[in-house]
Amino acid sequence: MKGKMAIVGDGDSITVFKAAGVAAFPAENDVKARDILRRIAKEYQIIFLTEELARPLSEFTKRFDEETYPVILSVPSKAGSTGYGTQLLKDAMERALGVDILFNS
Amino acid sequence: MTRLNVNPTRMELKKLKARLVTATRGHKLLKDKSDEMVRRFSVIIKENKKLREEVEAQLSEVLKQFSVARSVTASYSAEAAFAMPAVSIEVECGSKSIMGVDVPVISPVQQQSSESLPYAFSEITGEADYSVEQASKLLPKMLKLAETEKAVRLLADEIERNKRRVNALEYVMIPQLEETIKYIKSKLDENERAAVIRLMKVKSKT
Repeated sequence: MKGKMAIVGDGDSITVFKAAGVAAFPAENDVKARDILRRIAKEYQIIFLTEELARPLSEFTKRFDEETYPVILSVPSKAGSTGYGTQLLKDAMERALGVDILFNS
Repeated sequence: MTRLNVNPTRMELKKLKARLVTATRGHKLLKDKSDEMVRRFSVIIKENKKLREEVEAQLSEVLKQFSVARSVTASYSAEAAFAMPAVSIEVECGSKSIMGVDVPVISPVQQQSSESLPYAFSEITGEADYSVEQASKLLPKMLKLAETEKAVRLLADEIERNKRRVNALEYVMIPQLEETIKYIKSKLDENERAAVIRLMKVKSKT
């Protein structure tokens, strides 16, 4: 199956990916991003979402966790990493194993 | 523990024993499945952590670089330059099964004209070229991260669900069945003793 990639985020962070060949959808706030996600979720298999938008939309993006596609990945924006991605990882680990095997150092 | 509401008959006893055997076997199977999933999960999550750290570091670098490159160009011409991408990357999306969980497999398809930047060289500085190139190089890694992260999340869900099943069998279903079997057995024994005593009484009267 052929898949397409998209990135949703604030203007500055996504422009470079647009040049690299990823479909870019600018969204300045989480309300707008939610609309965009709803629209493109069927069409694009891999969607990168900047952390600033992913954090308020965590409830919304949960609905995509059940299916194999689309894959929604939170990536740091130009402001740098906020640790949200690691947080998600930690949550999944604690849910599955009940213990912390990675970050306890 | 509550026992099941059944009649204490031999028929029911037989049925319950069969159910207990099935439940025990199912419990063992599910427990093995859970163990194996946890093992796979811990491998994947370690890989995922490493990938994420790498991607986050490199991506921040690329974005920082790009905003520097952009700042030396007028905003509108930069917008215009990047508005029409020359390359469009396609990816191959498949899926594979890890312990019965469908996880995505994503592989980038080699694009033909990777060298063409979407703008004229006179418009944008060389730094931008560099950061676009870096971003393109980073994409396969980001895809890999997307793949493993989704796998982590799907597996975590499945492990949780499986754990619930194992616990339901271990702490509810099996004790219930055992208790009911014990109850029926004692009831049947009781009936048998009662019959014997009755016979003895009847015999002693005559």
